[in-house]
Amino acid sequence: MAFFFEVLVTGLMVGIMYSLVALGFALIFKASEVFNMAQGAMSLFAALALYGFLEQYLHLPLWLALLCTVATMIIWAYAIVFIVLKRLVNRPPLMLFMATFGIAYLMEGIGQSIYGTQAKGLNLGIPDNLYEVAGIYISSFDLFFALVAALLVGGLVWFFQKTRNGRALRAVSDDHEAALSVGIPLLKAWTLTWIIAGVVATVAGVAWGTRLGVQFSLTYIALKSLPVLIIGGIDSIPGVIIAGLIVGAGENLGEASSAHIWAGAFRPFSPISWRLLFSTLNHTAFSAKRS
Amino acid sequence: MSEKREPILTAEHIAISFGGLKALDDVSLEIYPGEIMAIIGPNGAGKTTMLNILNGFYKPDSGRIVFEGRERPKHMKPNHIAAEGIARTFQNLALFTGMSALGNIMMGRTMKMHSNIFSQGVYWGFSRKEEIEHRKAVEEIIDFLQIENIRRTPASMLPYGLRKRVELARALASEPKLLLLDEPMAGMNLEEKEDIARFVLDANEELGYTIALIEHDMGVVMDICDRIVVLDFGKKIGEGTPDEIKANPEVVKAYLGTAA
Amino acid sequence: MFYRECGNFKDNYASDMAIFPIPLDRWGFIVMLFAAFVVVPLFASEYLIINIIIPFYCFALSAFGLNVLAGYAGQISIGHAAFMAIGAYSSFILYGRYGLPLIPSILLAGLITAVVGTFFGLPSLRIKGFYLAISTLASQFIIEWVIVHVHWISGGVFGTIEAPKMFIFGLALDTPVKKYYLVLCMLILLMTFGKNLVRGQLGRNWMAIRDVDYAAEIIGVNLYRDKLVAFAVSTFYAGVAGSLITFCYVGAANIEEFNVMTSFALLGMIIIGGLGTVLGSFFGAGFFVMLPIFINQGLGSFMEVVPADILSNIEAIVFGGLIVFFLIVEPYGMARLWHTIKDKLRLWPFPY
Repeated sequence: MAFFFEVLVTGLMVGIMYSLVALGFALIFKASEVFNMAQGAMSLFAALALYGFLEQYLHLPLWLALLCTVATMIIWAYAIVFIVLKRLVNRPPLMLFMATFGIAYLMEGIGQSIYGTQAKGLNLGIPDNLYEVAGIYISSFDLFFALVAALLVGGLVWFFQKTRNGRALRAVSDDHEAALSVGIPLLKAWTLTWIIAGVVATVAGVAWGTRLGVQFSLTYIALKSLPVLIIGGIDSIPGVIIAGLIVGAGENLGEASSAHIWAGAFRPFSPISWRLLFSTLNHTAFSAKRS
Repeated sequence: MSEKREPILTAEHIAISFGGLKALDDVSLEIYPGEIMAIIGPNGAGKTTMLNILNGFYKPDSGRIVFEGRERPKHMKPNHIAAEGIARTFQNLALFTGMSALGNIMMGRTMKMHSNIFSQGVYWGFSRKEEIEHRKAVEEIIDFLQIENIRRTPASMLPYGLRKRVELARALASEPKLLLLDEPMAGMNLEEKEDIARFVLDANEELGYTIALIEHDMGVVMDICDRIVVLDFGKKIGEGTPDEIKANPEVVKAYLGTAA
Repeated sequence: MFYRECGNFKDNYASDMAIFPIPLDRWGFIVMLFAAFVVVPLFASEYLIINIIIPFYCFALSAFGLNVLAGYAGQISIGHAAFMAIGAYSSFILYGRYGLPLIPSILLAGLITAVVGTFFGLPSLRIKGFYLAISTLASQFIIEWVIVHVHWISGGVFGTIEAPKMFIFGLALDTPVKKYYLVLCMLILLMTFGKNLVRGQLGRNWMAIRDVDYAAEIIGVNLYRDKLVAFAVSTFYAGVAGSLITFCYVGAANIEEFNVMTSFALLGMIIIGGLGTVLGSFFGAGFFVMLPIFINQGLGSFMEVVPADILSNIEAIVFGGLIVFFLIVEPYGMARLWHTIKDKLRLWPFPY
């Protein structure tokens, strides 16, 4: 039984990370009805930038490097909204969707031109020890990022529910035209969401980057979190969080129980099988609002 | 106009509600072959809902529809209903904007084309003959609606009035037994209205189409229609010839308020 | 002045409905065919044929397949490269393991791909737009996973099968030029077939579904059937393209050639080339294949040897930049630019 809980807890902690990445998608989708294929590239770029500030070029202290990384992502958000999206207002959503492909290519290309293509280790000085809590072993590293992710998720929920800007964003997501007519500037709202998505991408990129090394494959992390999005419903933030936990736990349990059969191969596959199962049944399982 | 004819379509006791709101409540109507029938009523009376039921977009909660003597099965798909011979136009235009006017009208013939995918890909023999044959039929409709000069224009670049006309052409191209028109003259100026009214009349008298239409312009309705059904708040409140409707106190009340 | 429609009267519908109703276009096409059949094999170097022109043709075929689905039928797919992989592996297995003749095994591989593609197209009956896009992305991962992990398919290590030697009627396809002719003939046959499909009844049905699906339904289009047919046709082309590119260019079926980045690239090709046009598939594929060469030439004047990683980074930047550029400035891609130029030429030099 202890083994089951251990796997479950680890799964839940990975699940939070999935929710975090999926949240980046959901935020932008809610605000601009665009499915942002550049989310993975943003994570990669953020991780690369942090590495650049920290070790490659500037050797800044950690807090300053993090701050500079976030600033970089904010500059990206402005550039994306004011150079690209501004000119695509009133186009069909699929056009915006494809534009994010272009943005993804651009970010990957520019990021790897500046920082190089080889894989880099990112060390933030977080201890990686195993602690025993009530008979369950927990990695301090996983725990740390799970906490950070949980804080960020909580902060975002608070932002959307309680603050004026958050309410404005929700208004925009409900109805673009109505929001414009009560004086919420669309571009400002989009910029804000892309900044938030940039911050989310930073945390996700740094977390996964420290775990797996900063390299091109980080962009796939975002793709892996897509099933979370589908199960949770793309327009529902609580749905995404719950789905992330379910997928994380389910994936880890599935892997553990069939470990000798699938020899670890189950891991990349299982989120997708989840997805296929759910999307064909009902494409917004947890979301009250049906599109 | 003998009263003894068999109706081409009968809708009996149709009721449908959306989230508790009764959009239609026990409405029955008949459409007779060869007539122009109008469904009128104030905004929100359920006119478009009725049309959506007739062509199969909505499934009524209760009631039945008999078309050409056969009762329609409960879950018949709109494309099968189209195959039975019901065509329609939309209130707010549903042209295929990525195609030319010609392509749109050719779409009206799509049900009548039967060559398989291999024959189409090779484009030789049957498929080629079929395509040319249907092109001829479409050209006749283009002539009829006088839109020869915009054949090759992309639908997205046409002005509003012409789009309406192309949509009418598309519906006519399928040679329906029953043609449903949802506000064919909405948003048009007087001249354009006259044009469309003339086309509708010609389609009815020269080509023999049975037409049911929704229209707000009472002048047009009274002039061109044989029979009128009046809906108000989802209920049928009147039915008859234009003269009978004009004299119907219920109808006058619904349109002008209680004072009349 | 030279490129014009007037004075060219059609006296029957057949000639009005031809692929090239304007004589100059017809001549242009014949010149292109002549160039492809005679000039290229005579004058192009082997390197050029193998590394540029064959992949260009194969990607054009595959991009056209995706264009059928995304550009004509409006069903975005971001898992198209996986279907190329199915074509590649199944033709290798049919030809290498079961000894079917080459052409039938390529076509049969296309059909197998079409069956699988239709299966993965099933979600399109329930979901649309982004949801469908994500579901096709899932099909990419599922197919990759199956190919790598089922040893009966992938055979060797890392999902790689070496290409067997190719024979058609006992004639060995051992030189680049012979392979080139195989690809060229397949390309022309299949593209003609495809062009006829998209300009005929089926193509119109697809465009109708793309533009207004409910209106298509009430005019009598069977949405379910035609969407699935679009998936089948589209993946058939992907399958054939996949098997041609592995037989004639890569030389070994390797799953890495068909990963999700290739799927993205295919989508980029049809955006840059032009959604919903046959010509656009050629433009997009040509652009994608030749981009590294242009960059090499451009940078070649600054440095002796361009390092591979810089090359691929600049490629990504240019490719991404152009996707964004075309979406903003000309959403219908290079093919529309081409038509605009032709429209101008039609009136030149008296534009009023």
